Amino acid sequence: MDAQNTSAIAVDRLVKLYKGVVAVDGISFRLAPGSITGLLGGNGAGKTTTIAMIMGLVTPTSGTVTVLGLQMPKDRYRVLHRMNFESPYVALPMRLTVRQNLSVFAQLYAVADIDERIAGLAADLELTEFLDRPTGKLSAGQKTRVSLAKALLNRPEVLLLDEPTASLDPDTADWVRGRLDHYRREQGATVLLASHNMTEVERLCERVIIMKTGHIEDDDTPQRLLDRYGRETLEEVFLDVARGRKDHREAAQ
Amino acid sequence: MIGSDSGLDLSINRVRAMVRRYWYLLRSSWPRVLDLIYWPTVQMLMWGFLQLYVSQNGGPFARTSGVFIGAVLLWDILFRGQLGFSISFLEEMYAHNLANLMMSPLRPVEFIAALMIMSIVRLLIGMIPVTLLAIAFFGFNLWSLGFALAAFFVNLILTSWAIGIFVAGLLLRNGLGAESMAWTIMFLFLPLTCVYYPVTVLPDFLQYVAWALPPTYVFEGMRALLIDHVFRADLMLEALAFNVVLFAAASLAFLKLLRSARAQGSLLQTGE
Repeated sequence: MDAQNTSAIAVDRLVKLYKGVVAVDGISFRLAPGSITGLLGGNGAGKTTTIAMIMGLVTPTSGTVTVLGLQMPKDRYRVLHRMNFESPYVALPMRLTVRQNLSVFAQLYAVADIDERIAGLAADLELTEFLDRPTGKLSAGQKTRVSLAKALLNRPEVLLLDEPTASLDPDTADWVRGRLDHYRREQGATVLLASHNMTEVERLCERVIIMKTGHIEDDDTPQRLLDRYGRETLEEVFLDVARGRKDHREAAQ
Repeated sequence: MIGSDSGLDLSINRVRAMVRRYWYLLRSSWPRVLDLIYWPTVQMLMWGFLQLYVSQNGGPFARTSGVFIGAVLLWDILFRGQLGFSISFLEEMYAHNLANLMMSPLRPVEFIAALMIMSIVRLLIGMIPVTLLAIAFFGFNLWSLGFALAAFFVNLILTSWAIGIFVAGLLLRNGLGAESMAWTIMFLFLPLTCVYYPVTVLPDFLQYVAWALPPTYVFEGMRALLIDHVFRADLMLEALAFNVVLFAAASLAFLKLLRSARAQGSLLQTGE
């Protein structure tokens, strides 16, 4: 079996042009099943476009994306029920209660025992008391937990997260990270996490892909990146990459 | 599930999920329900009183009994059918929920099927009270048209769905910048489909345009029924044939616009 089929996600020479402007410029990477990888990069680095192409929401200009052995976007309807996505920038209908929203998405994802699954997730994510409240009446932290519940409804084998803790207070953000890590370990899910939050990436990710202007600038474990750049934190590594300070890396090497 | 993996397959469960989603929204908001009834009632009353005035003053127009009210009620089926379809779609854009749906296993054909069902639900909520008011105020009973009403309804709703599907494609491709199309596109049909007057009133070149639009046949058929008491099955069949073509063209345009939206990344940016 080739690497494309054994990887949970395989991205090969992926390019996306928007009206001639390069958003993603020939990137390639493979994510092993059960791994958790951080996708780092500044604004406009191409993270969201990459995730959108993996989800089949955006068609690549060239290159291929394979998820769980199936090609995106061609085979999207054979694989989307095994994936899910969460982002604070994509909302759930505000007037619907949490239970209504979750039950609609559970039915879309053909979840077997909807009531039991919602009750279980609500208990796990401390949402039980909010189940019958309109989603729009919840705080930012509660809404994030609801979005996370939606993302976990179908027990996805591949979970894509776009800045999942943006706009959360440190305590809630830390709690969300804990739940994500717990889910990944329990289910053996593959997680790709786009984030600006270096603490989050350091805590959760076993591998970090750093993007800049559509390219992959670096790709390694957090520890090896720190060693290679001679830095103490990923934030310093990120700044070195963002500001093009490769000389620091070379000096460290 | 019907069929295999083509994007044109249909899961009844996913259609039901989407219908439930819109039903929850509708029942949680009384202004939304009121909006379904309010304007059709105002329209019906205005045209009904005009009809009353014309018939009371005799002359050649006195024999057009019920034509104005019938026309406005059928026009509302056409207009409200499309609006019901488009508003349900717009609700996803207002809620920033479109990306969630597009990244779920929901297929375009299921999404469209749910929007069609909701357009009928919204239409019934709005039209049933208005048709009853038409009986109470003006003694005009739309339901008494029986089979003819069914033929009118099928043809009008098919046109409204075709236009709704096309507008949904425009919204996917262009975001809320195309929102005004959802509210106004059907008004292009108002003069051309001869809702309130016979096709012969139009200049010759516009008559060709009018006869290419399925609702024209319905409104002509309604006048034949109410004025001459003749049900024109030929007109209904011609309308159906044009509707099949229109529906197929709108579906193809939708798929092309969806493909373009995926290529341009418009589904990520559904704002203005």
